[in-house]
Amino acid sequence: MTFHALHISDHVVLEYEHLEQLLTVLRSKAYQVVGPTVRDNAIVYDTLTSVADLPIGYTDEQDGGTYRLKKRADKALFGYAVGPHSWKKFLHPPITRLWQARREGDGFHITPENPAAPKYAFLGVRSCELHAIAIQDKVFMGSRYTDPTYQARRDDLFIVAINCGQAGGTCFCVSMQTGPKATFGFDLALTEVLEANRHSFVVQVGTETEAQVLSALSYKEARSEDIQMAEQVVANTAQHMGRQMDIPPTEVKGLLARNLEHPRWDDVAKRCLTCTNCTMVCPTCFCTTVEDVTDLAGEQAERWRKWDSCFTMDFSYIYGGSIRTSTRSRYRQWMTHKLSTWFDQFGTSGCVGCGRCITWCPVGIDITEEVRAIHESEKTSTFLTKEEE
Amino acid sequence: MHTLELILAEHAFFKGLEPRYMQLITGCASNVRFDARTYIFREGEAAERFYLIREGKVALETFAAERGSIVIETIEAGEVLGWSWLFPPYQWHFSARVVEPTLAIALDGVCLRNKCEEDHDLGYQLVKRVAQIMMQRLQATRLQLLDVYSFRA
Amino acid sequence: MLPQLYRVQHVRDEMPDTFTLELEPQDGSAIPPFATGQFNMLYVFGVGEIPISISGDPAKRKPLVHTTRAVGTVSRAMRELKPENVVGVRGPFGSHWPIEHAMGKDIVIVTGGIGLAPLRSAMYQITAQREKYGKVALLYGARTPEDILYRKELENWRAHFDLEVYVTVDRATGKWRGSVGVVTRLIPRAPFDPQNTMALVCGPEIMMRFSAAELEKRGVAAGNIFVSMERNMKCAVGFCGHCQYGPNFVCKDGPVFQYSHVKDLLVKWEI
Repeated sequence: MTFHALHISDHVVLEYEHLEQLLTVLRSKAYQVVGPTVRDNAIVYDTLTSVADLPIGYTDEQDGGTYRLKKRADKALFGYAVGPHSWKKFLHPPITRLWQARREGDGFHITPENPAAPKYAFLGVRSCELHAIAIQDKVFMGSRYTDPTYQARRDDLFIVAINCGQAGGTCFCVSMQTGPKATFGFDLALTEVLEANRHSFVVQVGTETEAQVLSALSYKEARSEDIQMAEQVVANTAQHMGRQMDIPPTEVKGLLARNLEHPRWDDVAKRCLTCTNCTMVCPTCFCTTVEDVTDLAGEQAERWRKWDSCFTMDFSYIYGGSIRTSTRSRYRQWMTHKLSTWFDQFGTSGCVGCGRCITWCPVGIDITEEVRAIHESEKTSTFLTKEEE
Repeated sequence: MHTLELILAEHAFFKGLEPRYMQLITGCASNVRFDARTYIFREGEAAERFYLIREGKVALETFAAERGSIVIETIEAGEVLGWSWLFPPYQWHFSARVVEPTLAIALDGVCLRNKCEEDHDLGYQLVKRVAQIMMQRLQATRLQLLDVYSFRA
Repeated sequence: MLPQLYRVQHVRDEMPDTFTLELEPQDGSAIPPFATGQFNMLYVFGVGEIPISISGDPAKRKPLVHTTRAVGTVSRAMRELKPENVVGVRGPFGSHWPIEHAMGKDIVIVTGGIGLAPLRSAMYQITAQREKYGKVALLYGARTPEDILYRKELENWRAHFDLEVYVTVDRATGKWRGSVGVVTRLIPRAPFDPQNTMALVCGPEIMMRFSAAELEKRGVAAGNIFVSMERNMKCAVGFCGHCQYGPNFVCKDGPVFQYSHVKDLLVKWEI
C-alpha cells in the first residue's frame, strides 16, 4: 500500500502479525534490536531475534521488595511494567574499558579505545524510561564535558516506545509527571490494543526520518476509533498506579532541602542495608568508579570504568576516612540527590516514578513513603503550633 | 594620663564601658615596658595585675620535667594577658615570658576586683568582658587540640 | 579524556610526608595554561590517579608543579618516582581563586598545613601584579615549626615591604620564637579593611570553617570569602558522582567556592 509520506504525530495501525516486519527492517538497517525478554524468572532487556523472544502472555506483580512473573490470560506482548534492567545498561555500560597503556622505556604509551559502538534499536521503551534517557542525556551530554561512550551509543539510537497498557504495583509515573503516555523522545510509539478478535498496535510517528522505517511495513491508516481505543488504554493505566508521590516533584525538592536533619532519616537507616540494589536498578543513577589494573609483570595497564553506588562505604573516601560513614548519611545522600539536588544540577527531578527501587529493595523501602512521612510531619508540626496557641 | 584614657577607651576590651568607669580604670592603669627574655609573671605567683598588650609578643609557658618549658600559646598586640586576677585563688596558672620587647598597659587587678565587689554593675561589665576572652581562648584551644593538620590513618 | 604524558624533572622532599613534583610534557609541547586554585589528575602507571592542586606560578608554567602529601597508595608511589619517570596528567580542572575581582581591594590569605600549596600559586599571581591590589596579608598555620611548608618562600615574602606574612604553630617545639596558637587568632589583628577585602581560605575543613566565621566576625562579607573544598574524585569532569557536596560537584563547581554559597553545607555533618 502506498500512502502519502508519514509526518510526525501521524497515527497508523499495525496488525500483530506484521510486527515481525518491524524487527526485520530494523535489523536490515544494521540495528541491534534489544528489548524485553523472559530470563531468570524476570523480564529483562536483551537482544531480540524475533517477536517470539518477547514476553508474550506474561505480566509482573510488583510490590515493596517483591517481583513475581505471572502468566496472563491473553497473549499481550507488553502486558507488564518494568523489570530489574533499564536501558542505561546499553547507553551507559556497567563495565567499560577507558584505555590501555603499555610500558615503553622508562615511560609508557596510552592506546585509546575504539570509539565505535553498537547501533541499538530499543523496542518497548516506556514513557518513564524516555524521561530517564532524557535525564541521562543531560548528565552526559548537557554540560561542559561530554561522555564519549554514552554519546556514541546515543547518537544512532532508534527508539520504539510503548504506551503502558498496565500499571505496575510500584509505578508512580503519573505523580512524577512522566507518563504513562509517551510524549517525546521516540521514533515510533506503540500502543497495544487487544480486542476479542483482533490484536493490533496503534503507532504514532515520532520522527520524520525514522518514519521511513514504517514505510516498509504493511500498515493501515488509523481510524479515529483506533486512536480512541489507544487513548483509552493509556487513560486506564493512569488510573491504576501502584504508588503516588503526594506532592509535585518541585515541592519535594524544597521539602527535602528543609529537612536534612529530620528524624525520619534515622528511621530509614535502621531498615536500609546499603546493599546498593536501588542504585543499580534505577534508570537515572549514573555514578561510576575507575579501576586501574595491571598484568602480573607490570608491563600492561588498563583503566576500567564500572557502575558504582553512593551507598558503598568508601564512595566518599578522602585521606583519613569517608565523609559519609553512617547508613543514615548515605541514604540521605541518595534520596536528596534523586529528588532534590538533581534539580540544582540538571534542572529536573532525577526520579521518573518507575518504582524499581521499591520493588528491588530487599526490605521494601519506598521513597514515596519516605517523602510522605516527612511531608506529613511538616503538616503536623504546624498543626501542633496552632494547638499551643 | 589623658592619652592613656583614650587608649583604654578605644581598646576592644573596654569598649562600651561607661565614662565614669573609664575614669576609675584609668586610675588603675599605667604604661609598662618589658625587655625580651624577662618574665612578666611566673606560675604560682599572686595574680595582681593584668595587661593589655600594645606591641610585642609574650609566650604563655608551663614546665614539665621531661620536656622542659612548653609554650602553650603566644599573646600579641591587641590581646589581653591574664584573667586569674579576677577569680580565686588569684594565682597565675602559667608563666608569661617576654619573647619580643613588649609595650603594654598594666591594670591594677587587686584594686579593680575590690571595686567590683563594691559596685556589681562594674563587676558585671568586667566579668562579661573577661568571659568573652575566655570563650575565645577556649575555642582556639579546642582547635589546637584537634590537631587538624596531622594525618590520622 | 586521556592522560597526557609528562616526564618527572625533579622530586623534592618538603617535609617527612610532603613532597613536590616538577613535571614537563614528554613531547616537549606547551603546558596548557591554568588558573590558580585549579587541579590536575595525576596518574602513576598501573597504580592509579589522584587529584592534586597546582602549586606553581601561572605565569611561568614550565615546569608543572604539584605539592602533595604521601598518604595513600598513589601518592606514596608518586613519591618514589625518579627524574625521567613518566606520569599521566589530565587537566587543568575546576574553578579558581577569583583574584581578578580583587583589583583595588585588600587580600587576606588564611591557610594551614598543605593548604598553602594551592595558595602559593595565588601568591605568585598577586606579587607579579602587586600594584593592582591594596594591602596583602598571608596568615599561615602549621602543626609544629617542623611542619612549615615552603619555608624559604615564606621568608622571601616576609622580606617584601608590601606584604605581611604571619606564621603560627599549633604546638611549639625547640627554639621556636614565633607565634603559638591557631591561625584563626591571627585574623582579628591582620592588616586588612574588612569592608574592602577578598579573603582566600584553604586548609582542613574545620580550619576553613572557623577561619571563615572569624573573618565574618571581623566584618568581611560571606560573598568576599573563598574556600577550597576537597572530595573523592575519580573522573574530574562531573560524571562519576563521587565528589558531590550537596548540589555541587567539587570537580567542576569547585574546588574554589564562594563561602556564601557553601556556608550552610560546611556546618552539616556527613553531607
